[in-house]
Amino acid sequence: MTTAPDGPSPPGSYPVVVVGSGPGGLQVSYALGRLGVRHAIVSADEAPGGMFRRWPFFQRLLSWTKPFAPADRATRAYERYDWNSLIADEPENRALMLREMDGTSYFPSRPEMERNLAAFAAQTAIPVRYGCRWTGTRAETGPAGERFVIETTDGEYRCRTAIFAVGVAEPFMPVTPGFEHAAGYADTRPAETYAGKRIFIAGKQNSGFELATGLLPWARQIVIASPSAAKLSVNTRSLVGIRARYLQPYEDHVLGGGVTILDAAIDSIDRTADGLTVALRRTDGGADLDVVVDEAIAATGFVAPLLDLPALGVATFGHSRLPAQTPFWESATVPGIHFAGTIGQGAGGLKKHGIPSNSGAVQGARYNARVLARHVAADLGITQAEVPIPADALVDRLVAEANGTAELWHQKAYLGWTATLRDGSFTDAGIQPLAHVLDADGPDAVILTLETDGSGATYPVVYLRQGGETEERVLDPDPFLDFSGREHRRQFADVVDRARGTAASRIPGAAHA
Amino acid sequence: MPTQDAIVDAIAGMALFADLSRPRLEAVAHTFEERFFPAGERILRQGLTGSGFFVIIDGEASVVVDGSARATLARGDFFGEVSILLGEPPVADIVAVGPLRCLVLGGPDVEPFLVDHPRVMYRMLQAQARRLRNANRWRS
Repeated sequence: MTTAPDGPSPPGSYPVVVVGSGPGGLQVSYALGRLGVRHAIVSADEAPGGMFRRWPFFQRLLSWTKPFAPADRATRAYERYDWNSLIADEPENRALMLREMDGTSYFPSRPEMERNLAAFAAQTAIPVRYGCRWTGTRAETGPAGERFVIETTDGEYRCRTAIFAVGVAEPFMPVTPGFEHAAGYADTRPAETYAGKRIFIAGKQNSGFELATGLLPWARQIVIASPSAAKLSVNTRSLVGIRARYLQPYEDHVLGGGVTILDAAIDSIDRTADGLTVALRRTDGGADLDVVVDEAIAATGFVAPLLDLPALGVATFGHSRLPAQTPFWESATVPGIHFAGTIGQGAGGLKKHGIPSNSGAVQGARYNARVLARHVAADLGITQAEVPIPADALVDRLVAEANGTAELWHQKAYLGWTATLRDGSFTDAGIQPLAHVLDADGPDAVILTLETDGSGATYPVVYLRQGGETEERVLDPDPFLDFSGREHRRQFADVVDRARGTAASRIPGAAHA
Repeated sequence: MPTQDAIVDAIAGMALFADLSRPRLEAVAHTFEERFFPAGERILRQGLTGSGFFVIIDGEASVVVDGSARATLARGDFFGEVSILLGEPPVADIVAVGPLRCLVLGGPDVEPFLVDHPRVMYRMLQAQARRLRNANRWRS
């Protein structure tokens, strides 16, 4: 069916089609709209942010928005302290999360997050076609070459560029014998229905610890197990591992408070007269165990709901079946298919020191979406003029970017700010994926990112690209995360002098600035 | 996409992990992260800090020093450990020859992993000894 019904984003042909109305879909649609890229956006849900009507079970998000922060609200610098609002050019559309929070916690509740997304979609007029489910995908050759057909419950959409922002929120259930006796994370009941019960939780990610935290006041005993040891974010000094607000079960475990955390592979789950017997094979060298419980819950991760994209050739990897992606979030195996939102974590970037980007969370994915929109727009011939940077202003600019650019704070060693050098003059080439600017050929450039190395230190890193060679300059960390002092200015100035001096010496006739 | 079980099966056949029991292999499969690199993508970058320890589970990678290819790595081979052990940037680019799947451990996790798994450390030492012997043969 290709008849165009009423409403926004009706079926038809578009340069770009976006699937999904979570934070990723809304943000990329907003950015495409501001760049003047005609596109459709469809969603199976009836309102924005469907995931936040389902998870987390125990009501509050993991990501904070600080009512009081060193930066003024509705400024770009404030975005560093607000992990939940979508980003906008207009001050009145910024920091919308704050407006919806009741002040009892700096972690928004699920309804508050939903209202935040709905307000953004309404205020910025995102043309989402709700209740329109993506049902299939195929490639066809049209008059202008290869294009995709997005099949939906409302009809077919044709496009050269498809952007899937469908989340990584489909619970994954292992095939281990007996897991049919376990409830999935999605089937967890209200906490009070577990009163007095012995509970086994498979999985030591945040979802497992979220469940355990919610069940602490109710369960008689909680056993949490998975093959590898629990990582704690306070130890990894990153967002890797269990976040601080779900650490209470861990403390109960180490203090002997009715919670046991084991490093063990789950061999089987059997129903017996006494309940469920979970057979565990220890991976930490301890003796194998049988644990008898009343109920088992599998908090064994989530996968990306890619529908038929793998059959179209989209390669996936890892436990979450993420699509393999280029640094610009394009399928590594099917050009033209892109990803936005949390699914974009499949573009891993450099993962320096083993620390991933924040692409799996709103505060990282929102910036990826803006970079992706610019990239897609450029493919369609819509480019942004590169603004010149006065010769004596680059050091100030580097200091300002290192201290106030939220992209660099939230996407450390993943997104970078680039100043390119042509004919002796610098221009602002904006925010780009760091893996792209480091690996692609290009003009001489100064590339700035922030980095953290797992020791707790955060510091600027500047890459100098000159004549195809790239040199890395790691600047000093600062305990107050302030890179505007005299020593940092000196270090930035040193980099700029080197960039300018070397480049000038290689450009015949160029004045030495 | 290989399942978790398929990854356990794959690493069970590798010399590096040959001494580990099945539960220990499952822990390794959970501890390491799987990554996919399309053809031509750089995995390690010569001279740039912050690398990781990579074990190839599918595909091939080229070792490129100052722009020239020196060797090819394949399934079961590993790389990145030298720069982590020495705390120095990698001395070569590692580039995916075709689609490449690896298991990866971030730099800061390598020392605790090796200390917890002495048999893996021993196997790694054997591989390093073999590389050193071959390098010496090549020189003589």
